[in-house]
Amino acid sequence: MHWRHKDLLEISQLTPEEITHVFTTAARFVEVNQRPVKKVPVLKGKSVVLFFSEPSTRTKTSFDIAGKRLSADTFSLAKSGSALQKGESLNDTALTLEAMSPDAIVIRHEHSGAARFLAERLQCSIINAGDGWHAHPTQALLDGFTLYQIWGSFTGKTICILGDIAHSRVARSDVELLTMLGAKVRVCAPRTLLPPAVLTWPVEVFNDVSQGCKDVDAIICLRLQLERQQAGLLPDLREYAAIWGLAPRHVAQAACDVKIMHPGPINRGLEIASELADSHASLILDQVNAGVAVRMTLLHLYLTRSRVLA
Amino acid sequence: MAHFDLVVHNVSWQDEVYDILVRDGRIVELAQAGSSTQASRTLDGEGLVVLPSLIDAHVHLREPGQEYKEDIASGLTAAAHGGFGQVMAMANTSPVNDNASVTRFMLDKGAQAFPYGPWVRPVGALTMGLLGQELAPAGELAQAGCVAISNDGLPVTSTELFRRGMEYAADFGLKVIDHCEDPWLGHGGVMNEGAISSRLGLKGIPTVSETIQVARDILLAAYLDLPVHLAHISCRESVELIAQAKEKGVPVTAETCPHYLLWDETWVVEYNTSVRVNPPLRTRDDVLALRQAVRTGVIDILVTDHAPHAAHEKNVTFAAAPNGISGLDTALALTCELVRAGELDFMDIARLWAWNTADIFSLPTCKMGTGDPADFILVDPDLAWIATADALKSKGKNTPCLGQELSGRVMTHVLGGRVILSHQDFS
Repeated sequence: MHWRHKDLLEISQLTPEEITHVFTTAARFVEVNQRPVKKVPVLKGKSVVLFFSEPSTRTKTSFDIAGKRLSADTFSLAKSGSALQKGESLNDTALTLEAMSPDAIVIRHEHSGAARFLAERLQCSIINAGDGWHAHPTQALLDGFTLYQIWGSFTGKTICILGDIAHSRVARSDVELLTMLGAKVRVCAPRTLLPPAVLTWPVEVFNDVSQGCKDVDAIICLRLQLERQQAGLLPDLREYAAIWGLAPRHVAQAACDVKIMHPGPINRGLEIASELADSHASLILDQVNAGVAVRMTLLHLYLTRSRVLA
Repeated sequence: MAHFDLVVHNVSWQDEVYDILVRDGRIVELAQAGSSTQASRTLDGEGLVVLPSLIDAHVHLREPGQEYKEDIASGLTAAAHGGFGQVMAMANTSPVNDNASVTRFMLDKGAQAFPYGPWVRPVGALTMGLLGQELAPAGELAQAGCVAISNDGLPVTSTELFRRGMEYAADFGLKVIDHCEDPWLGHGGVMNEGAISSRLGLKGIPTVSETIQVARDILLAAYLDLPVHLAHISCRESVELIAQAKEKGVPVTAETCPHYLLWDETWVVEYNTSVRVNPPLRTRDDVLALRQAVRTGVIDILVTDHAPHAAHEKNVTFAAAPNGISGLDTALALTCELVRAGELDFMDIARLWAWNTADIFSLPTCKMGTGDPADFILVDPDLAWIATADALKSKGKNTPCLGQELSGRVMTHVLGGRVILSHQDFS
């Protein structure tokens, strides 16, 4: 498949065929990742800047490993210790980075639209590794790939996304991807953590965890940012854990082979009962594993697209 | 034969064609076209519409303090070209216009740059430093030349203090202009709360943050029987509250801006910072409600809320961008767009952009009658021009019109009988 995109900003840029292409390619990289020597030379000589202005462990490491396994050179730029902290504007940082001729910039930024901001200004490929509350397309692709490896198809599947939907870029991207692939999606949260106009989303909305989980094939738990309580959106964390945290009694309502997912990092005992995170139903570590393969796929597709064109 | 200082031949006014005869800074009369007169200067008004020189009751001129965004001279240049003979400059300068020395500074700067107008009409702060803690000296501000009082941009949260501000300002004949926003509802919001903010992952500002304050101000105005003027109304629910209040005879007046009449929240979809403005662009339904409100008089006047910013300040992510649209250069062309769309007529422009504004804030205006000040503009309502950075006279190029073709241009601007700007040939 000729990859027509310069940038990966949000899932809605992609077609279902393109998403499936990512999945089938990622399956080949899963095999690479099981070899004793996990390195292939496809991106030798390419440079990838990892520009993370928000704290991140797994996404950044995942991209770093993905790049290195493809023999690309990866360079990290964090907000602390960079010129951004000295008041340099995002525009100036972007132009400075581009002057060093990277082939791609992977950006994580606290502002929605930041990846698009770079994409509109720079020639190199921009991969969105999470912008504000807006989008986290590589997380959605790895979530989808994790389920695709088990299910093969999303037809007839129902997935419940549980937790802080309002402030979640993962939720937005997961909803786009899963509905595009034919799954039914539910969101379940207290009203204060539902986005405005959620009824315009292609989802079913639940305000009760047991009902939200009833008969579903997968549950995606979201991390609760502790500042939501400070912002007055929640009474206290104890109540959140007791009423909204995913517990075995909720999972008992779901399909018998239900899968439990979480983008991490998890707050054990808050949004998810600890034993569920470690249960056989949990795909949390499979997601991390799939993440490397999906990001290898994406770097490969976006960094070799001109060669494919020629 | 009578001699005049200025005669404009064959200009359109209320669908008739007239000659405008001007002497000693005043209109002598609107004579039948083709009158034979002698004049020091004559202008050909063929194909042009005459309108009163416009009054903008809501601008930010940024001087003193933020001259890199705009200064009084550049702001007045934009006003002159945009058709505005008087602009009411908000108090959120640095230092804040909460004392006579800042007011006088603004007036002096304006008179130095444009001794024959356009005129700066300063708006004094309602509270010291706009901090919402203690009242600013409205008496001193009135004596120095302020024409109204406002805490624009930083709404007063204490209803008690706001009440006292309305009462105290009334003793000096000053109206309070209120920026209606509950600053806690939608705190940190950057666009209209709704389906689009939800999709873009941007924090929303709900309409109720405006309507709650509109309701508060109306209740206070009714209780105190004192006037209040509501700034930049943006949504249907506010329009409904104002309509009810006016039916009951509450002394409330209100304004909106061309951008709320033309653009809606869908303009934000690509994180376009030039449409980040507070209150935010709302829905299509709100746009339609506002259009009806300006036609029917529920909303009394139009203003620009001219809020110039430097280019680098808007060249950031949407969440990091400052609020505001630069408006003086484009307001008339955008209003002409509403005329072409059949939403307004030229008499509405005169009413919304001059006469009602003059009534509300006790300012001079020209109603084209004998003895009126000769403050008028000749407009080619369909002349196309490109809003390039050079064509926009304000330092603030922060408008979605930048680079776009607009139709409607001021050809000549006359203030006090004097031609302060003209793109026409004189004879």
